[in-house]
Amino acid sequence: MKRWILCLGLIFATVSTRCAGAQPGSELRFCIPSDPRTWNPLLVEDDASETIRYLTGGVLVRLNRQTQQLEPELATAWKVSRAGNAIRFTLRRNVRFSDGSAFTARDVAYTIAQLMDPALHSPTGDAFRAAPGKVITRIADPYQITIVFPAPVVGLAKLFDQVAMLSATSPQHERAVLGPYQVADYRAGSFVLLRRNPNYWKHDSAGRPLPYIESVRLDIEQNRDIELLRLTRGEIDLIGSLSPESYDRLSAKAAGMAVDAGVSLDSEQMWFNQAPGAPIAEYKKTWFRSTNFRRAVSASIHRDDIVRIVFHGHARPAVSWISPANRAWFDSKLAPHAFDRSDALRLLADDGFTLVNGVLHDRSGHAVEFSLVTNAGNTARERMAAMIQQDLAAIGIRVHVVTLDFSSLIERITRSLNYEACLLGLVNDDLDPNAQMNVWLSSGENHQWNPGEKKPATAWEAEIDRLMRAQAASLDAKKRKQDVDRVQEIVWQQEPFIYLVDKDALMAVSPNLHNVSPVALRPQVYWNIDWLWLSNSGSRRP
Amino acid sequence: MKTMRAVALVFLAAVLAASIAANWIAPASYARQFRDQPDAAPSAQHLLGTDDLGRDRFSRLLYGTRISLLLAPAAALMSTVLAGAIGGAAGFAGGWIEVCVTAATDLFLSLPWLFLLITVRACLPLNVSPVVSVAITFVLLGCLGWAAAARVVCADVRSFRNSDFVLLARASGAGGARLLMRHLVPNLAPVLAAQFWISIPVFILTEANLGILGLGVAEPLPSWGSLLRELESFSAYSAQPWLFAPLLLLVLTVSSFQIVLHNEEVAG
Amino acid sequence: MADLALSLAGGEPRPARAAVRKLARHLARILVVVLLGGFLGATLVRVAPGYGVDARELDSRLSAESLRAVRRAAAPREGLLPFYLHFCERLLHGDLGESRLLHMPVRQLVAERFPETAKSVGLGLALAWTAGLGLAAAAVMTCAGGVDLLAGLLASVLVCIPAAVLALLFVIMQAPERLAIGLILFPKVFQYARNLLADAAARPHVLAARARGAAGVRVFLRHILPGAAPQLLALGGVSVSMAFAAAIPVEALCDLPGIGQLAWQAAMGRDLALLVDLTMIVTLLTLLANSAADLAGLGRP
Repeated sequence: MKRWILCLGLIFATVSTRCAGAQPGSELRFCIPSDPRTWNPLLVEDDASETIRYLTGGVLVRLNRQTQQLEPELATAWKVSRAGNAIRFTLRRNVRFSDGSAFTARDVAYTIAQLMDPALHSPTGDAFRAAPGKVITRIADPYQITIVFPAPVVGLAKLFDQVAMLSATSPQHERAVLGPYQVADYRAGSFVLLRRNPNYWKHDSAGRPLPYIESVRLDIEQNRDIELLRLTRGEIDLIGSLSPESYDRLSAKAAGMAVDAGVSLDSEQMWFNQAPGAPIAEYKKTWFRSTNFRRAVSASIHRDDIVRIVFHGHARPAVSWISPANRAWFDSKLAPHAFDRSDALRLLADDGFTLVNGVLHDRSGHAVEFSLVTNAGNTARERMAAMIQQDLAAIGIRVHVVTLDFSSLIERITRSLNYEACLLGLVNDDLDPNAQMNVWLSSGENHQWNPGEKKPATAWEAEIDRLMRAQAASLDAKKRKQDVDRVQEIVWQQEPFIYLVDKDALMAVSPNLHNVSPVALRPQVYWNIDWLWLSNSGSRRP
Repeated sequence: MKTMRAVALVFLAAVLAASIAANWIAPASYARQFRDQPDAAPSAQHLLGTDDLGRDRFSRLLYGTRISLLLAPAAALMSTVLAGAIGGAAGFAGGWIEVCVTAATDLFLSLPWLFLLITVRACLPLNVSPVVSVAITFVLLGCLGWAAAARVVCADVRSFRNSDFVLLARASGAGGARLLMRHLVPNLAPVLAAQFWISIPVFILTEANLGILGLGVAEPLPSWGSLLRELESFSAYSAQPWLFAPLLLLVLTVSSFQIVLHNEEVAG
Repeated sequence: MADLALSLAGGEPRPARAAVRKLARHLARILVVVLLGGFLGATLVRVAPGYGVDARELDSRLSAESLRAVRRAAAPREGLLPFYLHFCERLLHGDLGESRLLHMPVRQLVAERFPETAKSVGLGLALAWTAGLGLAAAAVMTCAGGVDLLAGLLASVLVCIPAAVLALLFVIMQAPERLAIGLILFPKVFQYARNLLADAAARPHVLAARARGAAGVRVFLRHILPGAAPQLLALGGVSVSMAFAAAIPVEALCDLPGIGQLAWQAAMGRDLALLVDLTMIVTLLTLLANSAADLAGLGRP
């Protein structure tokens, strides 16, 4: 607790001394990649809706993106039960929704009831669903509430960072918000305008209402190049995610605007299709199921070259499924797989593969070749695929690179399973490894290399199942860490996913925007939106 | 104009010869990645510099020319023939046939053919070679690109059919086949020439855009379309003017085609 | 169509009634083609891979039950024909359905975005036809080959530049991006128009008029333009659908909130209701433009 108080105190002090130039009526502008798919904060899944939820939603506790620690928001205190299945919140008093209605424990109970409604299919709600059963809320008084889950939920308090409170009584439904902003205008395909919530509860040390910025205009802009151009022209104030090329271009033009916040949680990986029912040749399935084959492919990929050429140095060779950005869970004992062609050929020889006239053949004489699908339009992935193609050609493997539109790609990797290898990225917002249960449990639908296994196909998958279930049921942080470390080691050894790189969080911030502390976790730039302010030194196109 | 035609013919011949002889002329394989020199500026080793993966741009341009210069005109010819045949038949026959064909053409112009292309990609094995894939793409473009021209051809033939000149020819005993071959086909030349000329660059660019569906040329094979896609980045407008080399070559090639065709018409 | 033109020109004893009857028949034909267009569009979308999938399926937070619900919502079990019949039934009541992707009524989406595209397409067509026909006329009428060569070169350059690059250039120059549609159409209009006008200018009666010393403008307006009019009118009709096709990349790349951007989003997200509606709208506009061009061509004396 002391840590966050110190942190907040520092921010208060900085703002108090520096925000004399803050402009009433100021407007922060930045771009979102698409129209928001939903206005319901409980159903948020896409980036645009997530942005709006972060800026408008009031949460009981907030994960400080910088310290990665929880901080009080609408709840002044909270306590998780010993059994790990219940949490008691003490709510802040005199808080009102944007429509003026009072915020009480009834609203929390209503939000939880909505969130856990099985018919809603909320991804935020699913994260709380450790076991089937009803969630019970007990209201002790208007400012005390206990939520009881049917089974222990690991990392329970942190999950509330994603739960924006709804009003139980407001006729405005989800439009009545508790966050710093409320939706004022929306034009499909064009922009979303947020205005300051007049009833927002936070004030600075001088008693001035927060946030300092009066409104936020979110322009819907898909084209990353145009977004960068608009930033350099002063039409927008920040870019949350820059490509490495854009970062370098901006650095050359205006060094102070480009920010590399270090390695992020996002990774790029490839995997082979090991599903028994996949409509691909049996001999290929045999290759893909071989640990030696996968490790040989992994050892033949020059990750350092990918980092240098594709990501212009703004990435790191990946180790396993948890990024080093996740300080609490990353297994620091592991190192990225080294590029070693001779080791790759040795591993292949152990499996009976032979290199004849520069072409690799398996025991049955089949020339080794496979197709690698990835989503079209993602330049970085297209380049990575071309580099993998050349790297594997050096050990006699022919790779056919196929780019597909995203819908066709999803159809292939989730339904028809008609593909051989896939190159894709994982966008991860959640620090807790429990959020990836559906990926690592062999029965999970997102267990991409062999989805929905009736029983684990291999001994190491059975071990991962056991470890992941154990960590999900344990409230002992140390034991959980041991289990998750072991899973990272197994994945490092077996390489069902061949992790290639962990990308850096690259962003751009206008010099007119103050109090910015870019971080690797989303939302990287405006995570402390309450405290940001704009100076009027820059000119903005009307 | 004769000089221009000669220059255009020489240029086309040179481009064709260079693309055929790419194996001998190109300083490197189109796929070879000089990873220590990505995005390099032009030099003695790399005449047009290297791309973002360090591949020699000049070599890629030569090999890309071979693909595009062979397949795009073939597809353009296919669409031109289809436009002439369908539009011509509708306009010449008149009546219900014309009504049905024009309605079908209008429908053809409006349907989201993107999904047909996606379906075709799904029917092909993923391991299909890049050359086969790009050839299929151009065949599809040839099959789908006729409708607009057919509309104009139909109007042309309709006006031809109703002209006094045809009535006179018919009255003097000229048969349908004679009318068709001696008078109608030459009459369609302006529209068909325009269709052919327009289709070549349009198909080259469409092929590049179809990469998004997994059709079109696949890595590492280059095509003019894939090289032109590099211009869709801002870097082309700042410090890398040599990225415009494929565009210049395409413009000169298309203009040369146009000059040659124009002179053919004049001569005809 | 020929009958209709004849009746409109007053060739029958009771022209008004006959014209109304034939107009009704013509409209009925348009209706049938539009409905057929909608059905074929729906078929293409339903058959194509990627229909019925949702990017949310890759969200590892979703439980198995939620994942099944997402899949059910993305791909309704209703067959193609029942879907289309229900769709048409709703259409009769003015309901265009709801966009699965944007969670909004299609009617609202189209109403909001159509003016944007209409403006883009109108401006693009005006630019393309003014420049294309003007330069084609200049190329045909002036004896100097320089105009022809320069105009041809300009058309060559523009037809070779990818639409995305043209749109990007407009963004860099801070010019209205919708003008890019005009530049995309210009080479097509110019090339067809130049060839057609050149063909018409080489006809014997035009040569005779010129030989008699008729003024250039008079020859162009009285002899050359009427000679190429049917084809140019057909080109005019076709250029409307070409303009809508050009609006898709320009709007999608420049984030102009029009029908083109919507069509691209719908195609990438396999939004069936939205795609069928857009196909029907584009079919209707294409038919109306082409029919108007046909009627204008046939109605000429």
